Amino acid sequence: MELITSLFPWITNGPLIAVQVMSGLSVGMFLFLISVGMSLIFGVTRIVNLAHGSFYMVSAYFMVTLIEVMPERALSFWIALLLAPVGVAILGGVIEVTLLRRIYRRDPMMQLILTFGLILVIGTLVLLVWGPDNKSVPRPDALAGSVRIFGQPFPSYYLLVLGLSPLVAVGLWLVFYRTRWGMLVRAATVDREMLGALGVNVSRLYTQVFVFGSWLAGLGGALAAPTVAVALGMDADVLINAFVVVVIGGLGSFAGSLISALLVGELQSFGILIFPAVSIVLLFAIMAVVLIVRPWGLLGRPEE
Amino acid sequence: MALLEVAHVHTFYGDSHILADLSLDVAEGEVVCLLGRNGAGKSTTLKSIVGVAPPRSGRITLRGQELAGLPPFRVAQLGIGYVPEDRRVFPNLTVHENLEVARRTWAHTGGDGATELWTEDVLFDLFPILRERRRQLGGTLSGGEQQMLTIARTLMGNPDILLLDEPSEGLAPLVVEMLREQLGRLKASGLTMVLTEQNIRFVSELGDRVYILEKGAVRYQGSMAEFLADETVRQAYLAV
Ligand SMILES: Nc1ncnc2c1ncn2[C@@H]1O[C@H](COP(=O)(O)OP(=O)(O)OP(=O)(O)O)[C@@H](O)[C@H]1O
Ligand SMILES: [Mg+2]
Repeated sequence: MELITSLFPWITNGPLIAVQVMSGLSVGMFLFLISVGMSLIFGVTRIVNLAHGSFYMVSAYFMVTLIEVMPERALSFWIALLLAPVGVAILGGVIEVTLLRRIYRRDPMMQLILTFGLILVIGTLVLLVWGPDNKSVPRPDALAGSVRIFGQPFPSYYLLVLGLSPLVAVGLWLVFYRTRWGMLVRAATVDREMLGALGVNVSRLYTQVFVFGSWLAGLGGALAAPTVAVALGMDADVLINAFVVVVIGGLGSFAGSLISALLVGELQSFGILIFPAVSIVLLFAIMAVVLIVRPWGLLGRPEE
Repeated sequence: MALLEVAHVHTFYGDSHILADLSLDVAEGEVVCLLGRNGAGKSTTLKSIVGVAPPRSGRITLRGQELAGLPPFRVAQLGIGYVPEDRRVFPNLTVHENLEVARRTWAHTGGDGATELWTEDVLFDLFPILRERRRQLGGTLSGGEQQMLTIARTLMGNPDILLLDEPSEGLAPLVVEMLREQLGRLKASGLTMVLTEQNIRFVSELGDRVYILEKGAVRYQGSMAEFLADETVRQAYLAV
């Protein structure tokens, strides 16, 4: 016990732990938004969209530009927060209709090559439009400072994320479990052919799902923009994390994404306290263990 | 005029020629049975009609409107209901949700199915067990309950014609008996049906007309009464 407290002095520091838990929750929430979209798209279309992180990045850049062009400082952040994800959703829709639609029946390798190609194309376009320098998105005035929680400073912007997250999670749950569209989506994850034979236009449903998933990535990117340097490497970082979350939680599982995103968020938050370099290793170690014990993820379904 | 007409249809799976010049027709209100041994092409015939296994050539028309070449969802919207042989309820959806996803939300085109005959409530009267299971996941139902659910689900689209692929397969005798009685009530309601079966007893009272398939073509057709009276036909095409 003494050894532990000497190695990890913070372990007896209750307030610090509480703050760490909260910041882990906020990180987990960003991860949830991104991974649930990716998982949804995979569940229905069976495409692993590697460009999902690029959508997140594009949304952050949209935030940069939208806030720049809007004169009204007080409201600009909030308007941009609404518009940026919509812009990304439209982008996703265009990509689905023009490109992805053609490859649903192809070899999964082809699909990976296409979505990987999209990463490069989108990355290059972002470089051309916004240039190589890092950008930043200012936090809205009301949330620019920090508040004290158990005597510890905590950035008030994260309170927004923490407040919004349960709303988003509940909203998604309602969409999936209480609307007819959600029923169609869940039915499509198990048997598209049957759904089509019942008169449902499945290819239109695919487009809608892709647009919705892209919107979620956009929402994650827009919300995360003020907490990070908006930079070209964002897409890869977030893709890796989202991928880990989706694999741990189970591809196509809504609850799985939520639980595993929060788990990974906390892990990163505490990993930094314990031993920064270890946290990423720990992440992959957990993913490996899950893959060995339950290859289909915590709450996923085994493939037939 | 026939409600559904299949004329000179050829269907392939890859290079294998499965349906070879198959023709049949179904009149309004009629129950037509497709019989034949394993592999005769009964399921493929239904799949060709609904567009799951689209024919390479030939015509398939519903009230004169061409169906061949349309995607399955369009065929369903035009009024063809299909219950596949492997049942395929959505296991992760409740009974109510299974019905709800199949509810007709498109404008009806032609035919007298224009009135919404089948609603969840009406179907629960026909299959009372489903009402009890309303909140249960499809995957937790017994085989017989799943078969009733798939039939009810397809009827939610208010089709003009119902295609049923071996509805009695793999069910316990008591359940088969119950299903036969329920299909009898569907027939009495005026619903046009096409049934494939191996079990002649199951369809002998239900069916009006019989087609016997062998190697993907029609080898015999006649009324149910003629067919039942003709021992040699049964010997030639159905006995194993
Ligand atoms: N997906 C497929 N690919 C290739 N061949 C197939 C496929 N499905 C069926 N066949 C072949 O097509 C032929 C007709 O099959 P079909 O399923 O239509 O027969 P069936 O009359 O329904 O038989 P059963 O009574 O066993 O259901 C069979 O020889 C079968 O092996
Ligand atoms: Mg069959």
